[in-house]
Amino acid sequence: MYSVAQLVEYTSSLFQQGFLDDQFNQLQLLQDESNPNFVVEVVTLFFEDAEKLLNQLEKEIGQENNIDFKRVDALVHQLKGSSSSIGAQRVQRVCIAFKNYCEEKNVEGCFKSLQDIKQEYTLVKTKFETLFKMEQQIFAAGGSAPR
Amino acid sequence: MMNLSNNGKGSISTVTSTATTMKSGEGSDQFPAGLRVLVVDDDPTCLMILEKMLRTCLYEVTKCNRAETALSLLRENKNGFDIVISDVHMPDMDGFKLLEHIGLEMDLPVIMMSADDGKSVVMKGVTHGACDYLIKPVRIEALKNIWQHVVRKKKNEWKDTEQSGSADEGDRHPKASDDADYSSSANEGNWRNSRKRRDDEEEGDDRDDSSTLKKPRVVWSVELHQQFVDAVDQLGIDKAVPKKILELMNVPGLTRENVASHLQKYRLYLRRLSGVSQHQNNSFLSPQEASFGTISSMNGLDLQTLAAAGQLPAQSLATLQAAGLGRSTVKSGLPMPLMDQRNLFSFENPRLRFGEGQQQLLNGSNNKPTNLLHGVPTNMEPKQLANLHQSAAQSLGNMNMRVPASATQGNPLLMQMAQSQPRGPMLSENTGSHVPRLPNLLGQSTVSNGISDGLMGRNNMASSSRAPSFNPVPQSSSFLNFPMNQSTEMSVSNFPLGSTPGISSITTKGSFQAEVNSGIKGSAGFPSYDIFNELNHQKSRDWGMTNQGLMYDSSSHANPLHGNIDVSPSVLVHQGFSSAQQTGHSRDASLLGKSPFSLGEGLEQGNLQNGGGQHFNPLYVENLTRVKAERVPDASSHTDLFPDHFGQDDLMSALLKQQEGIGQGENEFDFDGYSLDNIPV
Repeated sequence: MYSVAQLVEYTSSLFQQGFLDDQFNQLQLLQDESNPNFVVEVVTLFFEDAEKLLNQLEKEIGQENNIDFKRVDALVHQLKGSSSSIGAQRVQRVCIAFKNYCEEKNVEGCFKSLQDIKQEYTLVKTKFETLFKMEQQIFAAGGSAPR
Repeated sequence: MMNLSNNGKGSISTVTSTATTMKSGEGSDQFPAGLRVLVVDDDPTCLMILEKMLRTCLYEVTKCNRAETALSLLRENKNGFDIVISDVHMPDMDGFKLLEHIGLEMDLPVIMMSADDGKSVVMKGVTHGACDYLIKPVRIEALKNIWQHVVRKKKNEWKDTEQSGSADEGDRHPKASDDADYSSSANEGNWRNSRKRRDDEEEGDDRDDSSTLKKPRVVWSVELHQQFVDAVDQLGIDKAVPKKILELMNVPGLTRENVASHLQKYRLYLRRLSGVSQHQNNSFLSPQEASFGTISSMNGLDLQTLAAAGQLPAQSLATLQAAGLGRSTVKSGLPMPLMDQRNLFSFENPRLRFGEGQQQLLNGSNNKPTNLLHGVPTNMEPKQLANLHQSAAQSLGNMNMRVPASATQGNPLLMQMAQSQPRGPMLSENTGSHVPRLPNLLGQSTVSNGISDGLMGRNNMASSSRAPSFNPVPQSSSFLNFPMNQSTEMSVSNFPLGSTPGISSITTKGSFQAEVNSGIKGSAGFPSYDIFNELNHQKSRDWGMTNQGLMYDSSSHANPLHGNIDVSPSVLVHQGFSSAQQTGHSRDASLLGKSPFSLGEGLEQGNLQNGGGQHFNPLYVENLTRVKAERVPDASSHTDLFPDHFGQDDLMSALLKQQEGIGQGENEFDFDGYSLDNIPV
């Protein structure tokens, strides 16, 4: 059973490690009683979207020497936009690097970036899941009284 | 003549004050609440966030994820929206194209947004007539003030009406001297007035140019536009003056001003297209388009020069220009002479002769058709015109970027564009390392972009060491800051987010047209801001500031948690502006900030103002604690977590006190080992 303090601490660590940035705070601010699960919903949406993008990226990069850099760039751009919107900072940064490689048509760079992005995505997803789990436990333990 | 005592609405107040005093009562008094926003973005995550943010700003939001849908919506609800926010990169239609459509057909203000902050893309927004450009991730502060674009546009249209009697020849864009004296109440009045008129009267009736009040917005349907183009054609683009066009068109109810403003846009289009056309690749043209125009009907020696240069298929130019309007079956090309166009196209170096410039461009460019439309289908589908237009728009971006450096001596703007890499138009992401320091188009974000792009481009971000990988934090913050910078100073008092009474009055929405409604949740949710309301009341009503007030620099801890991530303390630049205001709050915040942390060192730096940027927001915790208040006693069982600095109860009480916004909470905290002295207040 998690405590609020643990949750707080964990969240803070995510910020410190760069998994989250201030944009995530913005999301939290948007959450209110009319949208009590806003953050979870948005982040979940992000996961779905990101996974689709990553799959497509795999496919494109898998072309190896025939990479359609424009297409890859467009995909990465999308991922960059959505990751930045939820504050997934590290993912966003890899996207930026990835875009640079696309621009340079650097195949090896793209390969590497793809790996990085997958890794970062998996990491941040795990972090979020933990975060939400903690949150959920804390709330569940006490019922859901509004105040 | 300025008619300030406009429409009989009793309450005249400045826009600002009306915005902040949410009187219940007539909807329009609550401007800008209820502003009808259409937001278009193919990214579902962003769309959801934007919608929520806009709702939080008390706007009426309609969202869609496709440009085509957006256009249909707009066409069906001619007066249904006040402003449009659109992403730049969308699969089904380029955002800029959508922008142009909207400008021509509905004349609504459009804000572009993108994760792409490259100068050329932003420039494209400008040239295509966007009234603003937001960089993602968009912060709520940036959205709070979008109403200004609505007001501004109304104001300009109003002046348009004013000009009707005086201007006959040409359509100089009305910039009356009254302009300067325009008070905001007039603006607001006009806004209200025009809305009222729209609500009361339908389009199509009286469009008098009685110079009294607002003119209702004309919707330029395809047919109407076609009539317009025919008229212009007939007159010849040089001689096409609004009055004569109006006569030729012979559309009842259409006013000279309507025609004038439409003509202006049309001319802008043509300019753009002719600038683009040299780059245009024939593959975009279908055989049908070729029937559109002949070069002979084109005005402009330069065009023929270009054509003769062999680089420019004459027909394609005409076609493009025709097609660029999006839909018309223009028989002949009718651009203004290129000379004129060039002069009017203000971004070009006057010394750059269009002809030679083009030569160089054409020679120098590796113009692959696919480059122009990355990410966008280039097949000529039923939307051939759409594509053409789009590609025209894209090519323009290309051209801008490819202007050779040699031709741009005088013009710093051009120089930048020249030196940005000739990638596809959308790929202007990392221009930082290549582009010389711009006159700061993007404010501070440009500078830091330049720095950090270089860093970030070369770094593997994944490491959590205290690597330079975190130095770019300023950059990402500046991403975030960019929209903030625009709006920060204004945002402080303008936003009555917290006021419940005002919110409940929104629910009536009496005077606002109901929208095609992708689930505007009504205002049901609004009254329940609760904790945030309270907090915001105590602090300033500025979201960003609320954040900052509660932020602290946790990176100063010697991190028992993990390896040392050295988040740069300078990051949250935007905190700086509020530092003065934060004083009172910082104390609370600092204490609050300390409480959840089991670390012995206090916040020596305290550093709320310069706090490391990305910190978790204790508000979040409060959100939890608020819900879980009654759990507090139980939570104490978990004190084992904390080395004995303070118990869980202390934590809870601290948070709760914070929630109540009580400054004196500090007296009740009893932190062992903390010294309050270090906290800058």
